[in-house]
Amino acid sequence: MNLLNFFARRPTAPAARDRLQILLAHERAATSGQSDLVAKLREEILEVIARHVSIDREKVMVKMERGSDVSTLEVDIEIPTAEPVRRAVGA
Amino acid sequence: MSKVLVVTSGKGGVGKTTSTAALGAALALSGQSVVVVDFDVGLRNLDLVLGAERRVVYDLINVVQGDANLNQALIKDKRVEMLSLLAASQTRDKDALSEEGVAKVIDQLKERFDWVICDSPAGIERGATLAMRHADVAIVVTNPEVSSVRDSDRIIGLLDSKTARAERGEKMEKHLLLTRYDAGRAERGEMLKTEDVLDILSIPLLGIIPESKAILNASNLGSPVTLSNPASTAARAYLQAAQRLMGIDVPVSVPAAERRSLFAGFFGRRVA
Repeated sequence: MNLLNFFARRPTAPAARDRLQILLAHERAATSGQSDLVAKLREEILEVIARHVSIDREKVMVKMERGSDVSTLEVDIEIPTAEPVRRAVGA
Repeated sequence: MSKVLVVTSGKGGVGKTTSTAALGAALALSGQSVVVVDFDVGLRNLDLVLGAERRVVYDLINVVQGDANLNQALIKDKRVEMLSLLAASQTRDKDALSEEGVAKVIDQLKERFDWVICDSPAGIERGATLAMRHADVAIVVTNPEVSSVRDSDRIIGLLDSKTARAERGEKMEKHLLLTRYDAGRAERGEMLKTEDVLDILSIPLLGIIPESKAILNASNLGSPVTLSNPASTAARAYLQAAQRLMGIDVPVSVPAAERRSLFAGFFGRRVA
């Protein structure tokens, strides 16, 4: 530690708080049933879309990926009547 | 009406047993009948902190398995009449605790005591889940330190999903007990502040227990700090937390860090 560091000692508690907030946001999602969340999203998204177009429930894919900066929710639904629509929603 | 309380944390060494003893004694002092139950099978310490280590004959597992009845296993505190202890077994395996057996013992204790305080072992395994299983109220003991806060968050998740109350769809009452707090270091940004921990865990605050020499002195003597040194800052914080548990509205104050006086420092004397 050089002299400058010694005098300009930075408080460390804010770093602890920030690290915890980021970490726990991920861990809560992972432990409080992320699969549950995806299943719920899938059902509700399907419900909304089925109100407007007829869809084949077998040809639906909902995927959630967690990255360090952003997580993505990918929803892939095949609509049999018209051409397939592919959507990606960042979450 | 009797209440079942679990003192839990996930992380070890944050002050569950100390807090169980101090709060149990505080509630008993105010005239409520209290039993403290050690769930740390194989690593019991509540008996030692309460100074009853040489009086344990039968334990929780003996009662669960029907080898002893409650009258034989309950140890009455010699200082506070309203306080009793049900020790954990030191020699048996935690698998000897069956879920139905624990439920039965808790029911029996509820008939006799106003407060049944379950001292949870560290971790999230069987002993810890059984300790929280039948609780109405949980006290989450947390140090202002990253690993303790993380583990507390995990425990809060379990309290909301794995307890009998949660499974019945009822709300689990949870309170944060912040221990080993150093107001000076928090003020200087060297330690998470109370507000930081409350922000992150989002459960109501039961009390702030300052880092205090009185705590170690109390466990050295085998007497809860609320009995051995009721005037200390730590004991006062525990006594107030106990009042809040009884539904008395006492504002939470941040206890000042203990200061060594100039003379005490100079002569190397202890300030307790």
